[in-house]
Amino acid sequence: MSAIANSIFSPEAAARFDKLATIYPVKRSALVPMLLYAQDEIGYVSEAAIQEIAKRLDLFDLDVRNVLSYYSMLRTKPAGKYNVQVCTNISCMLRGGYEILDHCKAKLGIGHKQVTADGQFSLEEVECIGACCWAPAMQVNYDFHDDLTTIKVDAILQDYAEGRGKDVK
Amino acid sequence: MPTFVSHPEEVIVLKKRWGQGAADIEKYLELDGYKAVQEAIAQGPEWIVSVMKASGLRGRGGAGFPTGMKWSFVPKVSEKPKYVLVNGDESEPGTCKDHVIFLEDPHSVIEGTMIAGLAIGSKLGFIYLRGEYRYLLKIVEKAVADAYAKGFLGKNIFGKEGVDFDIITQTGAGAYEVGEESALMESLEGKRGVPRIKPPFPAIVGLYGGPTVINNAETIASVPHILMMGGEAYAKLGTERNGGTRLFGISGHVERPGVYELPMGYSLRKAIYEVAGGIKGGKKLKAVVPGGSSCPVLTADEIDVGLDFDQMGKAGTMLGSGGIVVLDETVSIVEFALRVISFYQHESCGWCIPCREGTDWIKKTLGRVYAGGGTKKDVDNVQYLAENMMGRTFCPLGDAAAMPTLGFVKKFRKEFEDYIDGHKAGTPIMTEQQLVGAGH
Repeated sequence: MSAIANSIFSPEAAARFDKLATIYPVKRSALVPMLLYAQDEIGYVSEAAIQEIAKRLDLFDLDVRNVLSYYSMLRTKPAGKYNVQVCTNISCMLRGGYEILDHCKAKLGIGHKQVTADGQFSLEEVECIGACCWAPAMQVNYDFHDDLTTIKVDAILQDYAEGRGKDVK
Repeated sequence: MPTFVSHPEEVIVLKKRWGQGAADIEKYLELDGYKAVQEAIAQGPEWIVSVMKASGLRGRGGAGFPTGMKWSFVPKVSEKPKYVLVNGDESEPGTCKDHVIFLEDPHSVIEGTMIAGLAIGSKLGFIYLRGEYRYLLKIVEKAVADAYAKGFLGKNIFGKEGVDFDIITQTGAGAYEVGEESALMESLEGKRGVPRIKPPFPAIVGLYGGPTVINNAETIASVPHILMMGGEAYAKLGTERNGGTRLFGISGHVERPGVYELPMGYSLRKAIYEVAGGIKGGKKLKAVVPGGSSCPVLTADEIDVGLDFDQMGKAGTMLGSGGIVVLDETVSIVEFALRVISFYQHESCGWCIPCREGTDWIKKTLGRVYAGGGTKKDVDNVQYLAENMMGRTFCPLGDAAAMPTLGFVKKFRKEFEDYIDGHKAGTPIMTEQQLVGAGH
């Protein structure tokens, strides 16, 4: 039985949240992980998710929103099913990160933080993702793709479009 | 997935188990894993700290503080619980070494965390990875679960009555600032990652107000190796006051980018020209950002310097996080400087005004220069702004933005001026909007 009646999350996620609220010396520490897992399940951090997480951690909704707005990976609006995040920071920039970004923009027909009409893809220009020695690099959701070329990007996007992409959760 | 590289010039300590499937606990045990922590339990805290002091290991996150000394600052007796916090929030542009440690040798981080816990008398450690490293969190989570199943974590570890140690793992959610130790503690407490004023230092008042040791993931991963080989033997691999080896991520315009393990004090020139195979496509070297993007740039004439904290300091820059970014002759320093400050402007948490306003105005000013509307006074203004950010913020992010900016405008002043003269009516390489990103 979940700690919260009528949880908006799946039974698996609700069980995970029950546990998360107990493992830290202070309950509130579970906030950032909970927001991430909530987003993984719903696609973004919805108003209902904010309210349930606040309840689970004995916080005000405002406390949750205050933290939510700080972290760049957390969003309050849906992204595409596959969120393409292209790094353009220095190591990637020197090896063609901007060409990769421009290629994705043209290929998907969307700009920074936009979603394709069918909701399949969204695009983001992101800061350093820690793949500097395998640049240029991007992430699709949590999955890394390194040593990119425009040809490689086409194949990767094709894979996701046809449901063959990895989807690390 | 990272591509592996090796070179005969490497001195292998940390990379010992890479490429052998050591994320699997059985393989790790076969390769002498979890022996150091058992020795640490047998010998006790004073022995651990003395070995660490003798090793000359200095913090691999960038500040280079001696690890043994840091551990010795934690009070022996404390009313509040003590904690070990592993900083795997690797975010400094140009740095990807912890990425490979978590992938290839997660147990070394776990074992190092336990040893740090034994040294300071803590029973709980946290391993905090950056949010983008979800697939690595899963690898670390599995490694922790396997260690629990073996009785290496939990109550009475290794069958020793009264010796308890637990580890909690989690990720952040995208914030460079959280790599700073006090902001990291705030984040772990479920708050916005804004820095705390120091003193008090974390060793006295840290996580949940308890004494806390915070070490970079690479620092922690080095610890079991040091206990196994002995502090003096490790120290001897490096230079005076800079013990051992470290991981250098060489990226940018080199033939063989990759994460290489080199002894402290190794020549920067050799690292670029021999280890990483020289400049890509036989082009000429223009500049090097030697330790992550916050380190002042070195020109092509300044690379005859040893890669340790002291020699790099003398050369007017920093060893930083070991991320060596190499720029060939085709790079526009104006464009590069704008990209660097755009990052810091994006990541400034806004808590300290000199950093929030300084990064924003430098970005705006350099953006104008880049777009072709700059004046020579703009370059003076950038320098003035950067100089006035230095040392005026709670955490080092303000300095991290100001230092490279000062390096660019001082060492490449002529390039900025020529750019301003030549681009008055010209077209920049990309539009400012393209480079800086709308609302990015």
